[in-house]
Amino acid sequence: MSEKKSNRRDFLFTATYAVGAVGAGAVIWPMIDQMNPDASVKALASTEVDVSAVNPGKTITVLWRGKPVFIRRRTPEEIAEAKSVKIDDLKHPEKDEDRAKNPEWLVMLGVCTHLGCVPLDQKGDYNGWFCPCHGSHYDTSGRIRKGPAPTNMEIPEYKFVDANTIKIG
Amino acid sequence: MSDHEYTPKSKVGKWFNDRLPLLTLANHLSDYPTPKNLNYWWTFGGILTFCLITQIVTGLVLAMHYIAHADMAFQSVEHIMRDVNYGWLIRYIHANGASMFFLAVYIHIFRSLFYGSYKSPREVIWIIGIIIYLLMMAAAFLGYVLPWGQMSFWGATVITNLFSAIPLVGEGIVTWLWGGYSVDNPTLTRFFTLHYLIPFLILGLVVLHIWALHVPGNNNPIGIDVKKPSKDTVPFHPYIVIKDGFALLMFMIVFAFFVFYTPNILGHADNYIEANPLVTPAHIVPEWYLLPFYAILRSVPDKLLGVIAMLSAILILAALPWLDTSKIRSAVFRPLYKQFYWILVADVLILGYVGAMPAEGLYLLVARIATAYYFLHFLVVLPILGFKERTTPVPLSITEPILGGSPNLAVVKKKDSFEK
Repeated sequence: MSEKKSNRRDFLFTATYAVGAVGAGAVIWPMIDQMNPDASVKALASTEVDVSAVNPGKTITVLWRGKPVFIRRRTPEEIAEAKSVKIDDLKHPEKDEDRAKNPEWLVMLGVCTHLGCVPLDQKGDYNGWFCPCHGSHYDTSGRIRKGPAPTNMEIPEYKFVDANTIKIG
Repeated sequence: MSDHEYTPKSKVGKWFNDRLPLLTLANHLSDYPTPKNLNYWWTFGGILTFCLITQIVTGLVLAMHYIAHADMAFQSVEHIMRDVNYGWLIRYIHANGASMFFLAVYIHIFRSLFYGSYKSPREVIWIIGIIIYLLMMAAAFLGYVLPWGQMSFWGATVITNLFSAIPLVGEGIVTWLWGGYSVDNPTLTRFFTLHYLIPFLILGLVVLHIWALHVPGNNNPIGIDVKKPSKDTVPFHPYIVIKDGFALLMFMIVFAFFVFYTPNILGHADNYIEANPLVTPAHIVPEWYLLPFYAILRSVPDKLLGVIAMLSAILILAALPWLDTSKIRSAVFRPLYKQFYWILVADVLILGYVGAMPAEGLYLLVARIATAYYFLHFLVVLPILGFKERTTPVPLSITEPILGGSPNLAVVKKKDSFEK
């Protein structure tokens, strides 16, 4: 057996494995990706909400992408409480101004960042939200203060279309 | 396989067996030499096979009436309960069957722990068993989602969110599992598919589990090797078949009690409320058989570490054959291990209890201590015990304590040289 012949065979093996791997990958990827959100799910990306009937101190919950969104019209006391917190005391430091651009309106995903339960309004040690599943406490800005949740409740992309309508997404 | 060649008596049998040796296999299973001192804790393998078959048969029938759609699943389950002939019976057998399956598997696992059945040369049987146990938990979780009640929905939300603890790719994985941005119809349909698939994977693994068992043969209550076949063994049929059959009958009485007298006691009332993505039930508690692991998850105040602790609590079992350094299998001859074994049993029961309670105050403290002890048992106590413990003398054979001496000269010689 000459050196040359075995090299040629090695090349054929390597080329065969490589083409085989690419082929297997090309077949496997569609099988995996089919489980990702489909076109009809992605199409439901935004929701418009009329908030004219929401008085101060009230929260409404709307469904956006299958998840609850809390829209809370905060009282002046709640806003003051949220703003008075020292940023260093927070597990996930975020200023209230960055979370509620219009301080009267707090719009956030009503989903506990621990394992996805819906926290209860006006409960817990910080007058904000309390998650009944594993005991996370959130303040009046929806920031995590105590418990296993790692981050503050998420603020979705939203804007005021006019004075009474919020568009989420 | 069998220690002797088998030839079917009939001409047709011989013709067939030469082409596909099924009769040889049947003969092997029937003659399979079994230690004659097996006690009733050894009957749970057969009971578990019964549980698996029950779940597959009732599940198959339920699938004929169930509709895997977010808008119809809850109604279709009520339809099974109210309209389908004997639908209530079939569904109650299936739902309580899951609990009975876990009851039996926990006894089976703790029997292995007591008698050291996971030790050499049975490590592969043990690891296949752990994989079966993991698949059982997956199947039970997926099945619990299908009725699309409040507990189904929020249980699915909490469990799938465990994956979001993985750094960087976690959120992407959760979205991929859901097929959307929350648990919804795409999640339900894929859960149904996987719930249908897993029992058949388990069935395949059970065949491997038994195959791997039949290579070294059964362990036994005194945990010593037996020469087979010998006076230490009896053929599987009829001796073990009748014993397994009697135990199965007793087990079925317990099973029937739950199905006919308290069919909902192991479930949650909240699951008779249709899934509502806007309201989380006040207390989310998993089914009783997952409570110890749930307690471990909640006892760690960090999300990622909590998930890691919970998974490790299960996966640590796979490493058990190497963590337990003692050469003596049965706890009968290990006075210290026997005590630590019962402490572990109590520890797991305590974890199960606090897992059902709210994660606060004293419950949380107890959960943390019990979690720490669980890991200490496997990572510290067992490795050290193998070196430090003074074990009591092991008999030469199963027959020796009764008749004196061993029926097998080879065994006596082997043990003699072992002691020198």
